[in-house]
Amino acid sequence: MQWDVVIAMVPRLAQGALLTLNLLFLSGAIGLCLAVPMALARVSRRRGLSLIPRVYVFFFRGTPLLVQLFLVYYGLGQFEAVRESFLWPVLYNAYWCAVLTFSMHTAAYITEILRGAIQAVPAGEVEAARAIGMRPMQVYARIVLPRAFRIALPAYGNELILMLKASALASTITLLDLTGTARTLYAKNYMPVESFVTAGAFYLIITFVLTRVIAFLEKRLHPERKEPVVIVG
Amino acid sequence: MIDLQGFGEQLLAGTCVTLQLALAALCLGLVLGLLGAAAKVSDYAVLRAVGNGYSTMVRGLPEFLVVLTFYFGATDVLMAVASRFGYDEYIEVSSFAAGTAALGFIFGAYASELFRGAIIAIHPGQAEAARAIGMTRRQTFSRIILPQVWRIALPGLGNLFMILMKDTALVSVVGLEELMRVTSFAVGRTKEPFTFYFAAAVIYLAMTSVASFALRRMEKRASVGVRELA
Repeated sequence: MQWDVVIAMVPRLAQGALLTLNLLFLSGAIGLCLAVPMALARVSRRRGLSLIPRVYVFFFRGTPLLVQLFLVYYGLGQFEAVRESFLWPVLYNAYWCAVLTFSMHTAAYITEILRGAIQAVPAGEVEAARAIGMRPMQVYARIVLPRAFRIALPAYGNELILMLKASALASTITLLDLTGTARTLYAKNYMPVESFVTAGAFYLIITFVLTRVIAFLEKRLHPERKEPVVIVG
Repeated sequence: MIDLQGFGEQLLAGTCVTLQLALAALCLGLVLGLLGAAAKVSDYAVLRAVGNGYSTMVRGLPEFLVVLTFYFGATDVLMAVASRFGYDEYIEVSSFAAGTAALGFIFGAYASELFRGAIIAIHPGQAEAARAIGMTRRQTFSRIILPQVWRIALPGLGNLFMILMKDTALVSVVGLEELMRVTSFAVGRTKEPFTFYFAAAVIYLAMTSVASFALRRMEKRASVGVRELA
């Protein structure tokens, strides 16, 4: 390892890390918004309604993220209707393609997490809410979803970390995230070990901080708990 | 149906390479996983630290970065080592070898956690009983511990294998002509990216579906003789 090279790389990589975090939080938030209605449809008793999220999850969990990314970034341009639509300036842009793909990808996983969490809400609480006269919408908004979010938080944290790692694929569609920056640096200095290991150190630091933040949130959301309880999903 | 314009055979060949890569990485990963687990439950603090450090580190790194590091870094590291022994020729590492090593390395880190959990889950009385009736340590491990570790760790290993199959696509970036790269060639020729990437997606879906079906069968087989609580 040549340490002077490593130190010189740090500012550039820090810039890449900003893009990585940007992609992570934006797609994590959009994914969550997409996942809530899908999880509700997934637990629905109506088979027709629960079929849509089933197929969605099957596709996004069964194929590599790289394929999904290329389908959106390169694939959509195949259709003239897409090229001439008002969405084209967005879909032509690598950054928005990455955000779109990552959001849809993580939404599939979050849907499954939320489904498990919704089903883990104790039946007695739902019954109690119905017994005091809440309408189905109220039961969901006041009892089931707040409870489910709390139950899902540790698994959502895991998913965020998986997304952090998956976001490295943004570099395959020309984005200069952490990995993308490391690849550019390597192309200039021909020092693969230094470039990639330094980028790896950045990822490890981000993972470390993220796990701490999530553990802190978990504590705040469960003031009654002294020790984390293992949730069987 | 999708019109593959004569690229069907090539996609099939790419699929074969993908499967070979997945299976090779699986074998390496299982070995690394068992070694990692053995290190984690070892009596020596140094070995435990190595085992824990291995999985903590790999779990915090993007798979893609590991693949890149193995492919581009391997040449550097191998040449540095070789020059110590007086060999100064250029050493090129094939993308298949680097991909197998990287994916196996990642698989092993996660698998070592599963194996460790499974080893701990087996009641120590069983190993004691085996020792008491005169089995050697090796016999105890291969006849009593390992079959049960397999049964307990199998569902988790199945999940890992699914992830591994999807991660094989990353190796296309370092030039291995597996499904994803062959697909990109076809896209370059036909200018029909959606058609071909969608075809690739369908092939990946088929592979993961078959694997998940096979895994359910294997889980059933591994748990023959385990009472099910209705």
